[in-house]
Amino acid sequence: MFEIVTKKCLGPKVFLMEIKAPMIAKKAMPGQFLIVRADKDGERIPLTVCDFDRDTGIITIVYQTVGAETERMSRMNEGECFADVVGPLGNPSDLVDLPIEELKAKKILFIAGGVGTAPVYNQLKWLHDNGVEVDCIQGARTKDLLIFEDEMKAVTKNLYFATDDGSYGIHGNVCVALQKLWDEGVRYDHCVVIGPVIMMKFACQLTKQLGIPTVVSMNTIMVDGTGMCGACRLLVGGEVKFACVDGPEFDGHAVDFDQALQRSRLYKTQEGELMLRLTEGDTHSGGCGMCS
Amino acid sequence: MDFDVMKKVPVSEQDPQIRATNFDEVCLGYTKEEAVLEASRCLNCKNARCMQGCPVSINIPGFIAKLKDGDVEGAYNVISLSSSLPAVCGRVCPQETQCEAQCIRGIKGEAVSIGRLERFVADSAKEMGIKPQLPADMVKKDKKVAVIGAGPSGLTCAGDLAKMGYDVTIFEALHKAGGVLVYGIPEFRLPKEKVVAKEVENIKELGVKIVTDAVIGRSLTIDDLFESEGFSAVFIGSGAGLPRFMNIPGEQALGVFSANEYLTRSNLMGAFSPDSRTPIMRAKKAVIVGGGNVAMDAARTAKRLGAEVHVVYRRSEAELPARAEEVHHAKEEGIIFDLLTNPVEIVSDENGWVKGCTCIRMELGEPDASGRRSPVPVEGSEFTIDCDAVIMSLGTSPNPLIKKTTAGLEVNRKGGIVVNESEMTSRAGVFAGGDAVTGAATVILAMGAGKAAAKGIDEYLSAQ
Repeated sequence: MFEIVTKKCLGPKVFLMEIKAPMIAKKAMPGQFLIVRADKDGERIPLTVCDFDRDTGIITIVYQTVGAETERMSRMNEGECFADVVGPLGNPSDLVDLPIEELKAKKILFIAGGVGTAPVYNQLKWLHDNGVEVDCIQGARTKDLLIFEDEMKAVTKNLYFATDDGSYGIHGNVCVALQKLWDEGVRYDHCVVIGPVIMMKFACQLTKQLGIPTVVSMNTIMVDGTGMCGACRLLVGGEVKFACVDGPEFDGHAVDFDQALQRSRLYKTQEGELMLRLTEGDTHSGGCGMCS
Repeated sequence: MDFDVMKKVPVSEQDPQIRATNFDEVCLGYTKEEAVLEASRCLNCKNARCMQGCPVSINIPGFIAKLKDGDVEGAYNVISLSSSLPAVCGRVCPQETQCEAQCIRGIKGEAVSIGRLERFVADSAKEMGIKPQLPADMVKKDKKVAVIGAGPSGLTCAGDLAKMGYDVTIFEALHKAGGVLVYGIPEFRLPKEKVVAKEVENIKELGVKIVTDAVIGRSLTIDDLFESEGFSAVFIGSGAGLPRFMNIPGEQALGVFSANEYLTRSNLMGAFSPDSRTPIMRAKKAVIVGGGNVAMDAARTAKRLGAEVHVVYRRSEAELPARAEEVHHAKEEGIIFDLLTNPVEIVSDENGWVKGCTCIRMELGEPDASGRRSPVPVEGSEFTIDCDAVIMSLGTSPNPLIKKTTAGLEVNRKGGIVVNESEMTSRAGVFAGGDAVTGAATVILAMGAGKAAAKGIDEYLSAQ
């Protein structure tokens, strides 16, 4: 079974779990994702891989509790088991296929937002282990939401922080930070952005303006995650693509983010109802106007 | 019992108005009396044409003869020699175009109801605790075979190989075994716990191991199976792939689903139940685009979830690819068929949700390459059906995963895996069958391919 060997709370509603999943740990590559199911009645939840250890067979996931299912996961403890962990799914990052010398010659910038820091860390660590030094801008609303600070520092050449409220690092979002670096004369020729859709949208607008080729990782709604249901479809360059088999990484300058944002709202009402049911249980007495 | 020997003994079904509000099985099946009576209609032909119509060549007169004598166990053992999933086939096979189409009884009257009899035998055997048996003369072979996908082709192939003495492991990508039997076909046609789970148990009883949550091409590759996992042959039964969409304006609106997604949520994840933790849209008025069996399943699911349902299909009733029985059941349940109609645009509201489906009327023109008269749009006939959900049931294109991760695996123009007459692919020792080869087809054709592949694998491994 998929045992939780470590559980840590990294910040408000942000959790890290190390899970025993040897088959996945053996194969996982940066950029790929997993699907987990807390118990036999659980929903299938896609999550990016934060780390893996081929020797111990341990994989690491980081998630924020946004709905009832992740809330339920956050209540699980060390020693308990997930009913299912399947993966690695999706394609590895394009970077891992490039010759190391070519990577070393590139000026690469990563932009990580919120829990998007977890999959970024996985790529940074792989690059670092292969002797490739890169920069990263890590953004969050406020200092408390910045995760993995020490780990990120250990695998980057320059790590910049950006907080919306100015509580840490550069005052402003990741775009403000990138613009500032650019104005100071720092140049990049490849960028990877992973985080909330809205952040990826604006970061990609800026990198397009600056002429930096940019890759994003799309965390869409999914059911099977193996190329069967089509729930993860999105528009890339006007064409329908499937995040699970064509992605999850895509050309950030071709993705239709507005459409992706819209699709991410598809089940919000039902998710809200499930969350209410979980958190308020029998004590919920109506009045929300949504429950039946 | 008073009956007309020219006609099938009628079978009881849930009342259409009641069943349109629940997910319980529609057809209730024969009682033993009814089954024995129906069995008595079989003429036990020497040259049994029904068997030629069966993709897995069940000895149909043989099992019916046992049933005539009330010997359910004997009947079950006859079926088991050829089929690993009789409770499934008795329910979802298109008998009217296969075994029953060949039945001599059908010339002057109605064919023997072979499907219902098969179902009766399988269900009764389960109730009586009768299990499929390994052949008494089976010799264990010291060879491992990997089967990819626990759907109809994979389960059949695995069951047959186990009966030949091979050590068989099925790798299933989803968390539950059954493939389309669990994610695609709805509960009201094929109960999951009562039927599918039991059939899977029976396959395991034969010694077959099933590993769930294992995506071949990702968790392990076909090369891994040979090189590090010690398998001597592989069968690919990975099934259908990505859903097709129409590529019409507005198709990205909220409330547009593929039938695969809609059905997987309802069937595999149980979202039809209010207790499920997987969400599904409960539409008020749904348009289902397409006319195949999957479209009927989606339509009848949407109906049960409370929607007024319109099936929009571009040809006429005669061309509906779905089984006549499914169309009949759907109509009984109040599903509206808008035939010779084709969507041209999906209209959404200011928040991006579907509010209508604009369609154009069609008329049948000259026959196309398939011999069917091709539909031609009637200019200026556009109209809009108000609706809040559109479910696209237009078929699938093969899953690219295994092809992409297996060097030297030949696929055809449409992406289907190419096989020879023994179901072997362009890679030695790698066999394939079912939708991964043919594109979307039926459960029984996939089973037929699984069976042929088991034979091919046995010949291949025996020659080594």
